[in-house]
Amino acid sequence: MEWETVIGLEIHAQMATKTKIFSAASTAYGAEPNTQACAVDLGLPGVLPVLNQEAVRMAVKFGMAIEAEVADYSVFARKNYFYPDLPKGYQISQMELPIVGIGHLDIEIDGETKRIGVTRAHLEEDAGKSLHEDFHGLTGIDLNRAGTPLLEIVSEPDMRSAKEAVAYMRKIHELVRYLEICDGNMQEGSFRCDANVSVRPKGQQEYGTRAELKNINSFKFVEKAINIEVERQIDLIESGGTVVQETRLYDADNNETRSMRSKEEANDYRYFPDPDLLPVEITDQLRAQVKADLPELPSVKKQRFMEQYGQDKETAATLTSSRQLADFYETVAKESGCTAKLCSNWVSVNFLGALNKANLEIAETPVNAERLAGLLKRIADNTISGKTAKQVFDSLWESDLTADEIIEQQGLKQITDSGAIEAIIDKIIADNPAQVKQYLSGKDKVFGFFVGQVMKASQGKANPAEVNKMLKDKLK
Amino acid sequence: MSLTADEVKKIAHLARLGIDETDIDAYASDLSNMLDLMTQMGETNTDEIQPMAHPMDQMQRLRPDVVTEKNQREHFQSIAPQTEAGLYLVPKVLD
Repeated sequence: MEWETVIGLEIHAQMATKTKIFSAASTAYGAEPNTQACAVDLGLPGVLPVLNQEAVRMAVKFGMAIEAEVADYSVFARKNYFYPDLPKGYQISQMELPIVGIGHLDIEIDGETKRIGVTRAHLEEDAGKSLHEDFHGLTGIDLNRAGTPLLEIVSEPDMRSAKEAVAYMRKIHELVRYLEICDGNMQEGSFRCDANVSVRPKGQQEYGTRAELKNINSFKFVEKAINIEVERQIDLIESGGTVVQETRLYDADNNETRSMRSKEEANDYRYFPDPDLLPVEITDQLRAQVKADLPELPSVKKQRFMEQYGQDKETAATLTSSRQLADFYETVAKESGCTAKLCSNWVSVNFLGALNKANLEIAETPVNAERLAGLLKRIADNTISGKTAKQVFDSLWESDLTADEIIEQQGLKQITDSGAIEAIIDKIIADNPAQVKQYLSGKDKVFGFFVGQVMKASQGKANPAEVNKMLKDKLK
Repeated sequence: MSLTADEVKKIAHLARLGIDETDIDAYASDLSNMLDLMTQMGETNTDEIQPMAHPMDQMQRLRPDVVTEKNQREHFQSIAPQTEAGLYLVPKVLD
């Protein structure tokens, strides 16, 4: 039988606020345990949560970016469950009336555009962290993360393969970083994903029973976890079994999903409106402010790069994959005044290649846009050849000098003075009468020998095009 | 509507409340009465009325995103039953 996979994702993005969603404690990552957990975060009696305006603004920003309905009026609710990293015995979240309603996002899959629905996005607080090892049979609790604002972005079950799920997740990741509402750091848990996965016979309308894969922290694992879960479900059904609705954990070491011990009543959260929090009003003033702040979105920027700089789809996608890289490219283009082709090549191939090789983020680049532009100018005005430029680029990477200083210091200036080149050519011709004879008798291949000798004699500084032209004239 | 003894036990378990077996019948009866009252209220026509999220007719005040809390770990942990290396220690819970 032919099976169809159905996937919906719940993405948790930590909002890049300075303070918690309901307290004025810092959200900075990596602090000593419990030094950023205040009375509100600990759920001590008598405290009241006060909502962070920046968290609200960021959620609204996301809503506008996915063309969603942003609520006029939004309500927080308590989601009740017991776990030691949740000190209050409930998580403040949203059930009815979330901040962001129905929206959508387009992904590209095998050259085709597919629209993925976003059901909703709501604000909630993150839990603390449990450390299960080394405490004489006890569990250690760090509540620094408790109360960090999360935006939970829930998709429609619109994805039909692990590949589509990854494309959607990447798109959301790119978007939240563009909007500067989440740093997107998956290693630190700033961006996490749960996947709802089910299968159904192809053509069937109703959905199969789904399993929820929890907390998958990399793009690679999302793809692998979904694929292995789909395989498990199909095998199970084909051998006469049925899929049960449950939460499963992906074990990357063994590439398998495992049922989490299903706590009875686990899903009976008994939501109710939180009496500690009043309803939130999203005012027209806030909407207008956020709208004015909205940056050029990735898809629009990509389209503009294709039109304005004549880039193909792939190059434009690469160069607009982050706001910083796109800005870097545009600074290089503007500062150098060189052709879009030269700039695109250097930024997307040489520069990105060097960054990847050094395992650096764009923010950590040793060569800024201005210095790279300085190099490209010298390629464009023929001061140096493309080959020499690579050598200059390596020096740029390793020093603080400008391209001009490096060219000067290392004597890399291309010889464009035709008199100097002519002198070298004359000498080479005089020194190699046998080869001249061969060439004149019709052995065209010998021409390469002459070019090589001239380039060697000029220490690679002669302009190859010029050398070719002059040699042809001389050897007539 | 009347709740069974099992339902009372389940509700108590969800809220992590220890209740006395001998009180279950009384809880069942009290809770059932409350549900009856709700059913009665539910009969009122509220088609034109926006659900109330809070009894106070006000909107949430928002707080500027500025850190004002200081580290008071020692203070908070002085009342914790057990701590180590800055962590609160609790009985082991497994995922």
